[in-house]
Amino acid sequence: MSVAEVDGLRVVIAATGDDIVEDISFSIESGEVLGIVGESGSGKTTIGTALLGYARPGSRIDAGTIRIDGVDLLALDSLALRKARGNLVSYIPQDPGAALNPALRIFEQVEEVLAAHRVGASDQERRARIEQVLGEVKLPTAREFLRRFPHQLSGGQQQRVCIALAFVALPKVVVLDEPTTGLDVTTQAHVLATVRDLCAKHGVAALYVTHDLAVLSGLAQRVMVVYAGRAAELGPTAQVFGAGAHPYSRKLVAAIPDPSARREFGTIPGTAPSPGARPEQGCRFAPRCEWAVERCAAIVPPSVGFGTDHRSWCFRAAEVQASSAALGAAAAPARTVGHAPVLEVEDLHAAYGDEEVLKGISLSLQRGECLAIVGESGSGKTTMARSIVGLMPNWSGSIRVDGQALATRARSRPAEVRRSLGYVFQNPFASLNPRKTVGDAVAMPLREFTDKGRAEIRVAVGEALERVSLPTAIALRYPAHLSGGERQRVAIARALVTEPKVLICDEITSALDVSVQATIMRLLERLRSEEQQLSLLFVTHNLGLVRSVADRVHVMHLGEIVERGETNQLFEAPQRAYTRGLLADTPSVLATPTSKSDLPARAQLAP
Amino acid sequence: MATVDVTRLAKPPTLAPQRLASLRAALRTGRTRIGLALTVPVLLIVILGPLVAPHTPIEPVVAPYASPSGDALLGGDAIGRDVLSRALWGGWSVVWMCFAATALGFVVGIAVGLIAGYARNWVDDVLTGAMDVLLAFPAIVMALLFVSMLGPKLWLITVIVAVTHAPRVARLTRGVTLEVVHSEFVEAAEVIGVARWRILLGQILPNLSTPLLIEFTMRLTWSIAIIAAMSFLGYGIQPPDANWGLMINENRQGLVVQPWGVLAPIALIAAFAVGVNLIGEGIARAMGQDDTLAYRELS
Repeated sequence: MSVAEVDGLRVVIAATGDDIVEDISFSIESGEVLGIVGESGSGKTTIGTALLGYARPGSRIDAGTIRIDGVDLLALDSLALRKARGNLVSYIPQDPGAALNPALRIFEQVEEVLAAHRVGASDQERRARIEQVLGEVKLPTAREFLRRFPHQLSGGQQQRVCIALAFVALPKVVVLDEPTTGLDVTTQAHVLATVRDLCAKHGVAALYVTHDLAVLSGLAQRVMVVYAGRAAELGPTAQVFGAGAHPYSRKLVAAIPDPSARREFGTIPGTAPSPGARPEQGCRFAPRCEWAVERCAAIVPPSVGFGTDHRSWCFRAAEVQASSAALGAAAAPARTVGHAPVLEVEDLHAAYGDEEVLKGISLSLQRGECLAIVGESGSGKTTMARSIVGLMPNWSGSIRVDGQALATRARSRPAEVRRSLGYVFQNPFASLNPRKTVGDAVAMPLREFTDKGRAEIRVAVGEALERVSLPTAIALRYPAHLSGGERQRVAIARALVTEPKVLICDEITSALDVSVQATIMRLLERLRSEEQQLSLLFVTHNLGLVRSVADRVHVMHLGEIVERGETNQLFEAPQRAYTRGLLADTPSVLATPTSKSDLPARAQLAP
Repeated sequence: MATVDVTRLAKPPTLAPQRLASLRAALRTGRTRIGLALTVPVLLIVILGPLVAPHTPIEPVVAPYASPSGDALLGGDAIGRDVLSRALWGGWSVVWMCFAATALGFVVGIAVGLIAGYARNWVDDVLTGAMDVLLAFPAIVMALLFVSMLGPKLWLITVIVAVTHAPRVARLTRGVTLEVVHSEFVEAAEVIGVARWRILLGQILPNLSTPLLIEFTMRLTWSIAIIAAMSFLGYGIQPPDANWGLMINENRQGLVVQPWGVLAPIALIAAFAVGVNLIGEGIARAMGQDDTLAYRELS
């Protein structure tokens, strides 16, 4: 029985009338998880909030019906709608730290929901319900825990509280908006298992909004792929990921790095258009589609059905599905690496206050090599990268570049040493000065390390931008006018413009969409093959990426390197239990459940 | 390596910088328009007034407190000088002092605030402490103290008003600096090894321009108030030269007989102060920075 039914949903920008999403229809059965995937700006979050009868300020629900358990949400007045939210349908946000009221204790947060919906006749009854729901999300129910404030909880625990808030009033439908984005793989696996169990146990239908296809593979029975506000494909997870019938789904799947095999990333040329900039006629994916034919640009493709519940909105769906273009099967070539250490770290210790974050790290990076450092958040991998580039105020041990020992802070190091280390930050939205043009950003190292004149700098900036596949005219733009992928390329151009020996990349793709990530990774591969001398220290929590780019891998845990090895060897025969755990918790698209009963119980819940 | 088409680089940006767009948005708000409608005529009077004034500001042309006539359109003042001419001449000293005092206060305040916010060590403590001590003195009392010690010199008043601005500007600057100082773009410059002063001026300062611009208009209003007050008290420009504040004082006894001698300078000061204030609020709203108005404390 479908508890959530959405039909012909259209949400528009109130001021311009441009659609954010259009003609979206789906239903979710009780106990089922439907995944919605798409790149940023595809409208997936809009679909999620619409299920709550909510449109963000500046937008409005223009057409369609949304029925939850038979109730038409859009026909309700604001009071009834408020009652329905939490009772009929509830929401689990992306950032639990921002969603919880920092001034309320855990018990009060949960009780507030019960009070608002008048659940439970007495204090005892409510208390019992609160303890029950916290138990279900695997949180302690001790008095001491209930009296804690949100900031005293870990990110994973905060997200569990949010899940408890969503489930406590026993809704029929839950909307989850990228709830595990800020969590590391192990925590993510636990949270996903909890959500899955709760939905199955209480017969709750869930809509899971995410850009991470791999997460859905172990969680959702069906997925809907959205592109530029329209459905591209809807069907059972295994079929959409394994035998997609829409070129866009295929491309998305090919762009995902996977821990189970070394492979070349598929990229999608161009960027996803935002509302108002989308093609007015025909299939919206057509401009980026290699399958596009003439009519694609003129007519919106109708849906083509495969079996009972698999549909694709593409004229050539059958051909696409039948095509043997395997999922990024072309393995990236393994490379040979020299044996001249360019960066050597020995017995590196660092601390924040009394807390020791690095407990004696030693590693050596060879010329032309890509060494990956993987670890969960809190493992100290970013602290290590920051120590190497001289951003940590103090550390002990030794860091040498080409045999030369480095001073603690970047400021105390000679220009030639600073020039030899390029650093790319995690978040391209923060690492470029919003008040400086792209050209100024890329010119900064040139002004520092060379005595080039204005004209020469301009030429060098243009060349650096072309090397990262950006048009030179972008030099005059401000970061606000660039997409995330473009910004990260600018950051890479800035790091590479003065030809460093070592490029240190700290989670450089974690803020980006998978398709953009694939483009960035391809770019790095190309730069490495163009410049044989460039060595890469690649810091990440994404094991899938590591499998495809790294020559060697070091696994970090609680400030120590617990395992090191050649990439393939480490992935195929991990020696340490910790590494095996990390690998087991990493979601993979290549291993998808085929039916409801076949969902893997991969992550055993930690007590 | 691909060759670079340098001509393409010389093309103007296709999109105007955000700041200009925001200023244009500010121009579209009602507040800013009213503000400009008040401020621009006053500034025109200040600058062009002496050129078009029918008389010099110091020669008596009519009887004391004479009513408006063809000779003196706004009547005569306490000793028979033309009120209109004195009003046209009398704004210059007020306005240049206001701008000079505010600008000087900003230069000092921004420098102190940037250094304190970026240093985050004992330098910060010393600078912040010194600014707090300065803040403890009421501005007008400090001004009167120094003027009575050193004499009513215009530069002295300007400097003292600037000194009263500096700690407030420094506080604001330090506050907003702290918000951006940990940004990755600042760290990116640190990794490259860009000199501290270039990080401060090149990377951090441009990000403070919006709150500082808004603060400038608010501080300018405060300058007008205190400088006009000093003149009124007789510590500004000395007779017989014309000055709006001084005019109010000189003519207040004849207020009932010949109100123009007082009303004209009051209207000009008020229009200028209110106008500048409205422009500031308009900019703040257009830039979504209403909250920076919280810094406005005309204490």
